[in-house]
Formats: sequence, structure tokens, C-alpha cells
Amino acid sequence: MACSATAKIIHNPLMLSSSRSAEKYESCCKISGPTSLLGSKFLGKKLLSAKSAISPASRRSGAVVAVSSDVVKEKKLKSSSSAASNLLITKEEGLVLYEDMYLGRAFEDMCAQMYYRGKMFGFVHLYNGQEAVSTGFIKLLKQEDCVVSTYRDHVHSLSKGVPARQVMSELFGKTTGCCRGQGGSMHMFSKEHNVLGGFAFIGEGIPVATGAAFTSKYKREVLKENCDEVTLAFFGDGTCNNGQFFECLNMASLWKLPIVFVVENNLWAIGMSHLRSTSDPQIWKKGPAFGMPGVHVDGMDVLKVREVAQEAIGRARRGEGPTLVECETYRFRGHSLADPDELRDPAEKAHYATRDPITALKKYLFENNLANEAELKAIDKKIDEIIEDSVEFADASPVPARNQLLENVFADPRGFGIGPDGKYRCEDPKFTEGTAQV
Amino acid sequence: MAAALLHGVGSTTPLSSVNYNNSRRSLPERKRASFLIQCYGSLLPGSKIGINRAAKLSTNAVTTKQDNVTASTTSKPGHELLLFEALREGLEEEMERDPRVCVMGEDVGHYGGSYKVTKGLADKYGDLRVLDTPIAENSFTGMGIGAAMTGLRPIVEGMNMGFLLLAFNQISNNCGMLHYTSGGQFEIPIVIRGPGGVGRQLGAEHSQRLESYFQSIPGIQMVACSTPYNAKGLMKAAIRSDNPVILFEHVLLYNLKERVPDEEYVLNLEEAEMVRMGEHVTILTYSRMRYHVMQAAKTLVNKGYDPEVIDIRSLKPFDLHTIGNSVKKTHRVVIVEECMRTGGIGASLTASINEHFHDYLDAPIVCLSSQDVPTPYAGTLEDWTVVQPAQIVATVEQLCQ
Repeated sequence: MACSATAKIIHNPLMLSSSRSAEKYESCCKISGPTSLLGSKFLGKKLLSAKSAISPASRRSGAVVAVSSDVVKEKKLKSSSSAASNLLITKEEGLVLYEDMYLGRAFEDMCAQMYYRGKMFGFVHLYNGQEAVSTGFIKLLKQEDCVVSTYRDHVHSLSKGVPARQVMSELFGKTTGCCRGQGGSMHMFSKEHNVLGGFAFIGEGIPVATGAAFTSKYKREVLKENCDEVTLAFFGDGTCNNGQFFECLNMASLWKLPIVFVVENNLWAIGMSHLRSTSDPQIWKKGPAFGMPGVHVDGMDVLKVREVAQEAIGRARRGEGPTLVECETYRFRGHSLADPDELRDPAEKAHYATRDPITALKKYLFENNLANEAELKAIDKKIDEIIEDSVEFADASPVPARNQLLENVFADPRGFGIGPDGKYRCEDPKFTEGTAQV
Repeated sequence: MAAALLHGVGSTTPLSSVNYNNSRRSLPERKRASFLIQCYGSLLPGSKIGINRAAKLSTNAVTTKQDNVTASTTSKPGHELLLFEALREGLEEEMERDPRVCVMGEDVGHYGGSYKVTKGLADKYGDLRVLDTPIAENSFTGMGIGAAMTGLRPIVEGMNMGFLLLAFNQISNNCGMLHYTSGGQFEIPIVIRGPGGVGRQLGAEHSQRLESYFQSIPGIQMVACSTPYNAKGLMKAAIRSDNPVILFEHVLLYNLKERVPDEEYVLNLEEAEMVRMGEHVTILTYSRMRYHVMQAAKTLVNKGYDPEVIDIRSLKPFDLHTIGNSVKKTHRVVIVEECMRTGGIGASLTASINEHFHDYLDAPIVCLSSQDVPTPYAGTLEDWTVVQPAQIVATVEQLCQ
């Protein structure tokens, strides 16, 4: 048991129809069977208190009710009576979390700058505001664990350990990028750090993540290796209406695959509000429908996310099966740098700006004497330097040469076939130059 | 084996011209295991496998009887197998050899596969290695891709190739592309296989030929098997290949019987198969149409023509060497395929041959494909949608005038 103050899980911030009865919520949230281990820890009494705090929603974006980060408040009440053992994190952990979130934020801000300066092109989707989810989950993983993301994947890659230099180079389309410049913003891959992408179509990565989790189970049960690798699949609220999501929930639960499905519910799929596209907007509920626990967590609070993540990842590692975690979060910027972001209510944006996860963590660290201003400023400076360096590195890196064009199409380049002269096409010198017609 | 033995008409053809040996194929810097035997049944000097032998080759697509061809090589006699058994044998050998090879698909486990290709494997290797999946093609194909990326070597079976249309997203976006978009970091050694083609009144949706849809996807290889011998060899080659390979089987060919070697053999994924050597016209075909072509060849031979029949086997990429050599010899090409006319394999092959061997052609290439029609249920209509031997004979006659 990590700590005494459990994360407060508010289960219906998006309360639409006030006609829903209290009983119905209770029964929905309680998950029967062994999976209730997770359910019961976070539900129960909390739910009742949470419900009373929620006001009925209005039609549009104002439907999101204040989901306040109560962790700090709770801490204040208890700090007088107990020692540091009450805290959710140690100082070292706190600094790691802070640094990671700040890295994500600073990197994305730099991306925006570089995009408008014409250093990168195409579709670039920034993660500002959602850092708590990435940091909260990924910082609990080992190097062998896998992460699968969507097109909003820069920060997932950074959290997993891909150097900022490699990510920035990839964005600039240089050959020193993590994918040799061939992937781009939406396709971040790293074999070393087990980042399995980076997918442009939503939902596409979920089966791949399921496959990675399948490999983990296969290694354990067929190859008899000591394998407890876990896979995290990150995706958004829009994806939760997609068939691949449901098909994979079914398969993961059926075979008890070591995977955690992390929904980054930022309420908007480009310009489509989650409430306008989903019959039942409470995504966590879809977990129990497939036999796995569904948990909802405040995604703007890294400590709450981390706690839920700990339990979910622990479950997966122990072989108890998958978990569906819905993180209610928000993106401060538009869907992509090309999105004018006119549909979202400024009041909603302002509201979430006050709940900036980095500011919240900072406050927590100060108030619990885990860090002081100077230490955090030192981290800021260090990260800023890393980002500057990554831009310089990317600028100075060479663009891919022509000979790179045909190199990675096939793992075995004999797949290009046999040419008229009887030799394999890949033996043709023009092939290595990239000028062969294949 | 009988099919593969039909090289060399007469002893004047030097062996070297049909020499499929390893040396020029293997790339010195690659560490791939070299393939064992390219084409079993390499000719013994003096063996007279003449025209009549070729003509006697069984022509009925669903035949189970074969010519009683005694082994014309000095190696062991081999054993007889039906095509689906050959596939299974290849699969089993590879699963035995490498514990990372696994199968996933609908009804592959306890049911043994809808066409019995995986029969008995689940009992032997367990439910995880031979995985019965729910009916979610897109997702379990994606799952196979994820598993391949993380170290396994899965074989995804589509119960019918047509069902893989549901997996098109994963096949095109992930299977074909991820090796490239990841900068070469992740390999996807997946094999996607299943039966396709026009069967016996299966209706439009179960009679699809997906090779035309998949052929444009960069990053994948496609092969089509047609005999038990090449089915086993191609299955093994596909599994051993580090590229994603789509292996097209045909519903009507599963009960073909042939003698395959006892010793292990792996075929080359990129090579075509010379079925019958000839001088007058090159007939390029694959899968079931091979048998219609051979039936037509019988008639043509009786009428005095000498067709050269090549089973292209590798649908993507094309083996332009074998095809080219043939075109250079005969100067006339007929393509016979079951694919649709529009945008089919034949269309690509025509373009490719025109591009590379235009100077050697004495006449325009004729491509006989299925009609651009959803395959009707009625038997008569169905027969008219696919190419029949009579059409092939008529075409060759006209071409050779």
C-alpha cells in the first residue's frame, strides 16, 4: 500500500443526465470478481462525496465541472499530525517527475516555435497540458516495458527515455532522428527504449500494443522466460468509439494480457466534443463491460495518475490482466499546430489553465518541503539547455541522402525482387544510390 | 514434384539456362541462411521428359490423382501429400525449428483450421502458440504485427482471404510501413496467409482475389502457391523471411496430391517456376489458373503449338529474370490469371514486361483475367467469370498466327 491518502477518483465529472440515480452509479462503479481489488480501493465512499460536489452539466464545453486537485488540500490537513511518511512521493521521485513534465512542456513549446520558423512541417500535435499522464505512467516503467502512442507522441517518447536530440532531429527530418527522418512527428519509434510508435490513424496502435503484450505473455508461458514486461497503450477519447479499441479490450481481457489501456480524455477530437460523439461519455465504464477494471482519474494531477498507474501496472506485471484507465486531462493548445482552435470555449481553457499539472506539482513540492525554488529553477535551466542543445544538434544534422530512400523498405531487401539481368535488384549499385527504379 | 520436373524439353537445352542454383542468389554480405534446394527435380542429363509427359499432367483443379511419375532423381522417393498437408508440414517444421513461430487466426486451434492446415498443431503446441482468436481481423492482424515487432514470428490466418479486407488498415499502414517509418528499427517477420480465389459457387464475397488490392502496398511481398511442393517450400520461406509476406492459397487447390521430398527444402520467395518449357509463346500464370493453362497446353500441343508455361509464384515482386528470358525466347506473351481485369496482377505484369522487354515482343501482350464482375453464385455464370481453357487455346492460336 503506497500511502494513506488515496487518489480521489471522481467518476462522473461529465455528468450529463442528472436523471441517473445514485444507485446506478454505485453499481456501475463496483466491479465484481478479482478485479474489484482495484475498484474497491478507489471507490466506495469517495464516490458519494464526489457526486454531491458535482453540478449538473450544461450543454457544451462548460459541461466539464471543476475536478479539483484535492491531494494538496488533504495533505495540508494531515501534515500537522504525521511525518513525511504520509507523502505520496519522496524528494527524488518528486524531482524526477517535475523534470520530466517540464521537459515535455519545454520541448513542445520549442516545437511550436520551430514549426512557425519553418523548421518542421506537416502535422505536429502538441501535448501541452497532458504531461501528468505521460509522466505519471511512464516514469514507473522499466526500459523493457513497451509504450505505444498516437500522433501526439513526442512527450511519450521523451518520458520513455528517447533523447531530446533524437526526437528534435526526427521532427526536423534529419538523418540523426530516431527514425532516420523517415517517420516524422507522428511516427516516433525507438527500439532501444521500446517505443513502438507513433501512429497516424487513431486506434491503429492499440492492436500493436496488444501484440506486444501478447509477446510478453508468450515469452513467459511458451518460451519459459522470466518476463514480466508490461505494455502501455495511450490513446484519446475519440479512439474510444473505434472498433479496434473494443476488439482489443476483448482480446486483452480474454487472454489476461499484461497491458494497460490509458485513455487521455481531453474532451476533444479535433473539433468534435467527446460529448457530441459518444453515447455514454464515461469511458472507464467500458472496461468492466469486457471484464477488466475501469478507473477514472484526474489526469491533471500527476500524483493521482501515478498512484493509479502503480496499481494498474502492478496488476499487469502480476499477470492479473489489463486495466482501462481514463485520465481526464486537457490540451492547452489546438489539436495540431494547424488547428485554429476556435471551437473550444475560452472559459473552459482558462479553467484548465489554472489546473496546470506542472504548477500543481510545484506547489505540492514547496508545501511539503520536498524542494525549494532554487532546486526547481536549476532543473528548469538544465532542461532549457537540453532543449537548446537538441535544436542546435538537429539544425546541424545532415538531411538524409538519396541512398537512404530505398534502404529500409524491406528488412530483407531481396524483397525488391530479381531484375531482368538475373541479379537481385538490391545488388544493383543504383539501388544503394537510391536512384534505382524498383 | 511432377509439375516441377517439367523442365527441359529434349536434351538440347543446357542445364545452365535453367539453373536455379544458389550462388548468384545469395548476397555475400547478408547473413541469411542459404536456401537448400531451389527446384527439386533438377534434371539429370539425358532424362527425356518430353512433351507428352507435360501434356499428361493432371489438369483438373480439384484432382487428387496424379500421374504416377516415378522419381527421376537419385534422392529418396519422398512422400505423397495433399496441398493442405504440405502446408501443415511446412508450418510444423518451422514451428519445431523456432519456438517463436506461432499461429493466430479464427478456428486455427481446436477446430484445426477451416481447411485443416493447422490440424493437430494446437494439441501439440498449446493454445497460445496456435491461438484461436475472436472474430476481429483488423485487431488480431494488428496484434500479430505488434507481436512480430517485439520478437515473435506470427502467422496470421485469414479464414478466407476476403476477410482480410477488414484487416487492410493494419496490413497497409502497419505491416507494410512500420519497418520504414521506424527507420529500420523494427522488423515485421509476419506471414499472412489464407485461401482466396473463386471456388465452387461460394458467392461473391467468398470468391475474392485480393492480390490486386494488396499489390500496391510498399513493404510487403506476395507469393501464391499452386502445388503441394511449392506450397510447403513457400510456406517455409515465408516464415523464415524477415519481411512481411502474404501467402495466397486457393480454395480449390487444397486437395491436390503430389510427392514431396523427404528432406527439408525451402524455396525462393522471389523466383518463378518453369512449368513447361516451350518455344512459341510464353504463358504466365499463377495459382489455380496454372491448371487451366496446363489443360489448354494439352490441347495446344495436340494442335502443334509449343507453349512455355511459367508459374510466376512471386506476385510481388515479379521475377523478371525468368520471365524476361522466356520473353526473349518466344516473343509472345499471354498472361492468364484469376484476378480482375482492372488493376490486377496481370495488368501490372503487362506494364512491367512492356517496360523491360518491349523490344523483344512480336505482338502485344494478351492478358486473360476474370471479368470485372462480382462472382455470381450460379455455376454457369461463375464459369464465365473466370478464364477457361478454351479461351486460352483460342488466344494462343490467334496470337501465334
